[in-house]
Amino acid sequence: MSDAILIPEEMPRLPVGPTARRGVGWWGVWCLVMTESALFVYLLFSYYYSAVQFDAGWLPHGHAPSMRLALPDTIVLLLSSLAMWFGDRGVRRGSRVQNVAGIGIAIILGAIFVAVQLLEWSGKDFTPRSGEYGSLYYTITGFHLAHVIAGLVVLLVVLVWSALGYFNPRRSAPVLIASVYWHFVDVVWLFVFATFYLSPYAMW
Amino acid sequence: MGNATTPLSFLQGFGIKAYPVTALTWGLLIISIVVCVIITLLVLIGIWRRRATGAWAADVTPVRGASGMSWIVIGVGISSIALAVTLVWTVVVLAAINAPPTKPGLTIEVTGQQWWWKARYLSDDSSRILTTANEFHIPTGVPVRVRLIGADVIHSFWVPALAGKTDTIPGQTNITWIEANIPGRYEGQCTEYCGLQHGHMQFYIVAQSPAEFRAWWDAQLQPAAPPASPAIKEGERQFVFHCGACHTVRGTSAGGAVAPDLTHLMSRQTIAAGTLPNNIATLSGWIANPQSLKPGTLMPTLYLSGPELTDIRSFLETLK
Amino acid sequence: MTATVTTTVTSTSDIERTPEIASADIVTGRGALERIWETAPGIIGFFSSVDHKEIGKRYIVTAFAFLIAGGIEAMVMRVQLARPNAHVLTPEQYNQLFSTHGITMIFLYALPVLSGFSNFLWPLMFGSRDMAFPRLNALSYWVFIAAGLFIYAGFAIGAGPNDGWFNYVPLASLPYNPGMNMDFYALGMIFLGVSTSVGAANFVVTVMRTRAPGMSIDRLPIMAWGTLTASVANLLVVPAVSLAFFMLWLDRQFNTHFFDVANNGQPLLWQHLFWFFGHPWVYAIVLPAMAMVSEGLPTFCRRPLVGFNLVALSTVATMLLGFGVWVHHMFATGLPNLPLAVFSGASIIITIPSAVAVFAWVATIWLGRPVITTAFLFFASMIGLFVIGGVSGFMTASVPVDWQLTDTYFIVAHIHYVLIGINVFPVCGGIYYWFPKMTGRMMNERLGRWNFWVMFIGFNLCFLPMHWTGLRGMPRRVYTYADGMGWDTLNLITSIGGFVFAAGVFLLVINVLHSLRHGRIAGANPWGAATLEWSVPSPPPPYNFAVIPQVASRNPLWEDHLPPDGPARSVIREGLVLDHGKETIGTTPLDAVPNIILKMPADSLSPFILTIGMAAFFVGLLVHLWWLAAVGAFVMLVALLIWLWPERELAERAEIAP
Repeated sequence: MSDAILIPEEMPRLPVGPTARRGVGWWGVWCLVMTESALFVYLLFSYYYSAVQFDAGWLPHGHAPSMRLALPDTIVLLLSSLAMWFGDRGVRRGSRVQNVAGIGIAIILGAIFVAVQLLEWSGKDFTPRSGEYGSLYYTITGFHLAHVIAGLVVLLVVLVWSALGYFNPRRSAPVLIASVYWHFVDVVWLFVFATFYLSPYAMW
Repeated sequence: MGNATTPLSFLQGFGIKAYPVTALTWGLLIISIVVCVIITLLVLIGIWRRRATGAWAADVTPVRGASGMSWIVIGVGISSIALAVTLVWTVVVLAAINAPPTKPGLTIEVTGQQWWWKARYLSDDSSRILTTANEFHIPTGVPVRVRLIGADVIHSFWVPALAGKTDTIPGQTNITWIEANIPGRYEGQCTEYCGLQHGHMQFYIVAQSPAEFRAWWDAQLQPAAPPASPAIKEGERQFVFHCGACHTVRGTSAGGAVAPDLTHLMSRQTIAAGTLPNNIATLSGWIANPQSLKPGTLMPTLYLSGPELTDIRSFLETLK
Repeated sequence: MTATVTTTVTSTSDIERTPEIASADIVTGRGALERIWETAPGIIGFFSSVDHKEIGKRYIVTAFAFLIAGGIEAMVMRVQLARPNAHVLTPEQYNQLFSTHGITMIFLYALPVLSGFSNFLWPLMFGSRDMAFPRLNALSYWVFIAAGLFIYAGFAIGAGPNDGWFNYVPLASLPYNPGMNMDFYALGMIFLGVSTSVGAANFVVTVMRTRAPGMSIDRLPIMAWGTLTASVANLLVVPAVSLAFFMLWLDRQFNTHFFDVANNGQPLLWQHLFWFFGHPWVYAIVLPAMAMVSEGLPTFCRRPLVGFNLVALSTVATMLLGFGVWVHHMFATGLPNLPLAVFSGASIIITIPSAVAVFAWVATIWLGRPVITTAFLFFASMIGLFVIGGVSGFMTASVPVDWQLTDTYFIVAHIHYVLIGINVFPVCGGIYYWFPKMTGRMMNERLGRWNFWVMFIGFNLCFLPMHWTGLRGMPRRVYTYADGMGWDTLNLITSIGGFVFAAGVFLLVINVLHSLRHGRIAGANPWGAATLEWSVPSPPPPYNFAVIPQVASRNPLWEDHLPPDGPARSVIREGLVLDHGKETIGTTPLDAVPNIILKMPADSLSPFILTIGMAAFFVGLLVHLWWLAAVGAFVMLVALLIWLWPERELAERAEIAP
């Protein structure tokens, strides 16, 4: 444990204001990720708690939903995370072009995800009122969709700030924080996808 | 019998499912009281013996003092022994009361609903299946399986002198068992908050010798006797008209299933799930204005005329 | 929206600098810090302040207002229950009262009051100038009071919550609860959850990153451990209850089927979600208060806490185990024997870390020189009350016994011993202890003794007999009871005791109000205590510390009297100046080595406006005015943009290359 008592002659230069990981914003977004992850744990718990009470007849039409739209959509979201990572690297390399391009592509891919998700919803023959499965399906995917949309708003704002030249390699915390949130949204989707589209095969 | 002055007390048990639990309860109570006394004395004596009299806090020089770890080690050590005993004793009792020692001789299906209790006595012989309400007889010395059904919201079936409580939950059937070994009248109470009249949702378990129980069951199976006089017949007519949509009296055309079966109403000592004793005055008052006696009850106030009221009540008084 | 800050040194465009080290007297003499940190007076200052001390005091005062409201609700109930078959209240009135009483005490008093103390004290204890997120701090307060008023609005119009604070379905569902009562509660709780969550995040980051140089993990004041543990737990479990309430609201408004049995809904899902939150929550509302006792008792026993490391560890252990016992609220729901035994065992074992704390406190008294003051009386009496509450809980941990005890007045006795004994009594001790620091005045000792004894006697008169009432079988949550059950006298005594207890609380309020005007002036350290908050003036200046202290032990102000921890000594009067604007030091989480100069935001109206938008949003949802909800959401978005827009002053923007 440290017994360092500060001596003026030995005092190092310290960064002023938020740098990428040393600022408090970095810690703050991880607290946000922690609590939002817990939320999705409880949502998915609700699904599994109900699912184990029934047999495969609980599912609409008695079988797992088709991955026709959901699987490509998953890939779209993963690519969008990749784009965001690319953009984050851009700002740390000092390239505003790469920064803006990366975030921009992430936003476009994210918007495609939203569109495809809504398309899938419109193609379902059950509603949130159709029964407990319907309530769970739309609420869980809906919560995720809401997080995606919120993330798109965040990315859009960060894109604007990037384009305005607010960031450089030293001052880039918002980009990193936004990308943490965006990756979190992506990881959550993997769990949601696995629950709705894959777990029925394991359970029944 | 049961416990006359404290009918819902569980400090004394009256059946083989209750005895081990009562012993455990008393055991833990004694341990708890001893712990409280010891710690309280330690605090009081410590303050008394060690206090710095008359000084102002800031004037008493702080010292590091002894580490005091032995206090924690010894204290926690002794506590752990009590806790370990409790854990083992708990598991032993849990296993002991899990299932009756012999196969249940009777199964009753109890439904908790706002704010009364329905019971269906099951039997392999379908002509012996009996539906009644709020006062249930059981034979002494025989384990009784109780299947608990939830009709609307969550209630809890509790007859403290005989057993702990189990909830009635819509969508699932919970199973418990009770056994009385001393004849008597044991009070029960709903113990899961269930709305306006949760406080007036009692029931009674009446334990009788097996022979008396069988006689009771036989009597309860009888439909209502045909009306002995024109006045009673008129009362029956009024009853079917005003009350038959909700209540059943076998032997009449009143066949409603959402309210207590009244075929042998006068064999019960209370009405409205223990809210009132069963006599002429309370019966009249209840029929005339249930909302004033048990506000929020699902039985509506019917605005009967005096003669109608008297007729119905006279009819009900024949339902022994 | 941000107030303009005038600084004498305007080099906010530094990327890096070597922070100046100077003596406190020189820095105070310059006068710059005062100007940099003070809140503007008047209405704008009131709504825009991000000063943690201000926010902390507001939390405490608001929480106490709710305490009194909840107390009045209880008094009315006790009048109804003093005699059998009373007709003071209708069943509906009683049900709304007991539900609102529980909600008020558990959600609107118990956690906020502890948040208030932590808010006020933490930066002062850590040698810092503010919390990590000052604006978020303000937001957590505004949302708290807005959500509290939201819930009470329902109560005020006769549509208060009426299904208990635990709100089981199906009774809370639309068919059995058609009024708006549940909607006020459900939406209000989601609203309140925002406050709890952001507050928790603030505490976690503050304790990890904004401590004075040298305040390594093993030198943290014990109060940090209590609130930190509670905050981490809240981050993890608040979403469970918010989700449960959201699902209930959806079931009620949009005919979804989470809980309705007719469509495969699961009533017990509610209970699992609620209690998975609820049990850690009850530890969140006592562990920080226990930590307050661990702070104050050593001061009045003139020695460091016995077994400090074990007590810190036991705090964390209690919360960890606390995640594993939630099913003990569901023992009567018809579970199989194996989970019953497991959760029973866990609920018995969780007693052990609590025993560590109890014996540490007892030992601190026996191995110290106790000085009896009102604060000490509250802290010391808490030990006895804690044990009574603890053993009644221990009894319910045993499943077969719980099957008799649960839902009787025995549980009511238990919860009040743990809540009043482990939260209210330490809070009262904390008021007497820290009032001098907050206001610069001492509270009246004579009145304090009366306050303590009336509260203590009243409390025990009210709740000790309740154990017996429960053992005699009186069920909970009943608006009246029959005579001849053996409960009459006990209930009368309880009611009388309740009024005596209320009188005691009244004396506390009197003492506070009287002492604000006429209390004896307190200096920086009237109790001769050990921790850093006692090194600054009372009340502290807006900037807390003229220079950031440097910490070398757990008891910096006692280093003259205690054997040293290591080679160095704490230095209070000399340290980092950090006066190039609103600044404080950021340090590494474990060893507290300075590694960043944190720029703190100026006072801002954004948190308040964000709250107004959020309130409009929830009101819109409540009354189905979707346009209002949309407007509210829009206001929230705008407020957030303004709040988060990168600012030069906070060094969030790249500097334009010259």
